[in-house]
Amino acid sequence: MENFTPISALIGGGLIGLGTLLLMAGIGRIAGISGISSALLFQAGDKGWRLAFVLGIIAGPLLAGALIADFSYSTPSLNLHTLIAGLLVGLGTAWGSGCTSGHGICGIGRFSARSIIATLAFMLAGVLVASLFN
Amino acid sequence: MKLLIAFVAGLLMSLGMAISKMIDPQKVLSFLDITGNWDPSLALVMASALAVYSIGFYFVMKKPAPLFEKTFYLPTHQQIDRPLLVGAALFGIGWGMVGYCPGPAISAISSLSSGTLGFIATMIIGWFIAKSVKLPQRNKP
Repeated sequence: MENFTPISALIGGGLIGLGTLLLMAGIGRIAGISGISSALLFQAGDKGWRLAFVLGIIAGPLLAGALIADFSYSTPSLNLHTLIAGLLVGLGTAWGSGCTSGHGICGIGRFSARSIIATLAFMLAGVLVASLFN
Repeated sequence: MKLLIAFVAGLLMSLGMAISKMIDPQKVLSFLDITGNWDPSLALVMASALAVYSIGFYFVMKKPAPLFEKTFYLPTHQQIDRPLLVGAALFGIGWGMVGYCPGPAISAISSLSSGTLGFIATMIIGWFIAKSVKLPQRNKP
């Protein structure tokens, strides 16, 4: 467990919690990143706040790069494996009505049974696939 | 004001993903892969975010409305149905393959990495297909 980074995990998680809470307290919306992004693309109306939210998501690492001296992160290679994973994440978050932020934080945070079940299901599937095929 | 709130909310979440390194798919995979050198960081990120959100949500719900909107937009759907379970399982499989869920993938757009952009492109295709093809709620009798 030498890669365990508890301090940055607690601080980062706290910021994620504050962001999701701000969206609910300010404009009464669930901060589900898949739902907001897909509605921005494929749903008429209410584009303004959704676009502003996605721009904030995109701006985050730029701000982190300015604040943290040695900020860097890896990205996946472009291959069939990555493209199939993207397709599954798209299909799954749309049919399943949410992702890690919408179900995992906002849903569980308001004790929604659907979100608790969905989070257990995607966590279990993620652990199985990552553990068996890596 | 609504736009500023939405922008800052997205920025805070993304900054949180950057600081906790959840933007890095290798970091996420080191949590999901329990066979190797296991890294529990992701669980602590979730726990910390949940602590802030669930306590805050409790107090926000005591208000009649959000600060800059007329009403709270909360999901009304309660049923644990097949689209929820099938969708969550497919999402988990894709997540475990690469280590990307939608938030970190979109936040990494400015890297202009071909893998990140390719992942986002097929994810958007997935959203589009799922919007056109609805999963049946349950088996036909």
